[in-house]
Amino acid sequence: MDTTDRKLRAILSDVLGLKPGQADAFTADTGLFGELPELDSMAVAGLLTEMEDRLGIVIDEDEIDGELFETYGSLLNFARSKREAA
Amino acid sequence: MKAESYPCPLPGGAAASEYALTFDAGRKHRVLIAPALFDEAHKLRRLAVEVMRRLDGSGIDSMLPDLPGCNESEQDLALIEPEDWRMALDAAARHFGATRVLAIRGGGLVLPEKLGGWHYAPVKGASLLRTMLRARILSAREAGREESVDDLMEQGLQLGLELAGFSLSGEMLRQMNTLVPGKKAGITALEHELVGGAPLWLRAEPDEDAEQADALAAVVAVGVGA
Repeated sequence: MDTTDRKLRAILSDVLGLKPGQADAFTADTGLFGELPELDSMAVAGLLTEMEDRLGIVIDEDEIDGELFETYGSLLNFARSKREAA
Repeated sequence: MKAESYPCPLPGGAAASEYALTFDAGRKHRVLIAPALFDEAHKLRRLAVEVMRRLDGSGIDSMLPDLPGCNESEQDLALIEPEDWRMALDAAARHFGATRVLAIRGGGLVLPEKLGGWHYAPVKGASLLRTMLRARILSAREAGREESVDDLMEQGLQLGLELAGFSLSGEMLRQMNTLVPGKKAGITALEHELVGGAPLWLRAEPDEDAEQADALAAVVAVGVGA
């Protein structure tokens, strides 16, 4: 697990109120948006702001679409590519 | 726990009676709680009240005032600016004879003038606005409408804007966008890491956390020397 992966699991744990260790079970195929009813638009907006702060990236609204939150793997790939470009 | 009120100055020189939740037994140490703002006010209110219960148990009085335009207030939020909130907290501090302030998140952007104390989980006004702007853009997109942060802000600065159900004036947007937690004499910043656990303002639904309330109340109780 690299730093981005670890930090992203921690952020999702905070936003979803998961118990410690629960996010460790996420795989690349774990569904996020849609399967997690907790994620309303305000929670997603908070998640994006938190990702910017903790991962040191800037996210443009144009980059946000449904596919980004489809699975944990797609969100992680996005976070990694943003950090590489940062 | 009591429901009280305080005389709150309004823009234009009028005054209103605003509600305040208090644990007041006329004790020596009296902590004014500066509540979190906007959507975060709902998510952090239970934490605030749980901290107040613990302070009460430690022999410390505390007061949680409503800011004009927020919570039970009958004032129109669209006519309120951040400076009005600062004046409201000043008035509440005087009315209740507060000796310290505990500000929560955005509440620390409108601190009363003279009180020392603590600012839990400081945040920039611009970050609060950005999160609400994003939530609005995401909702609009689900409804098939495209909006952008820049367009919304430009329109909002002129005509006001509704964000997360709050009607914000152009002046509120302009000022809030520039407010940053300052290094104010006598105010100690308490980063969330010190309190631990998952930050309650990030959650979709309001919740409470006994350990976080314990930690915050302990900092205040030790700080006032009660």
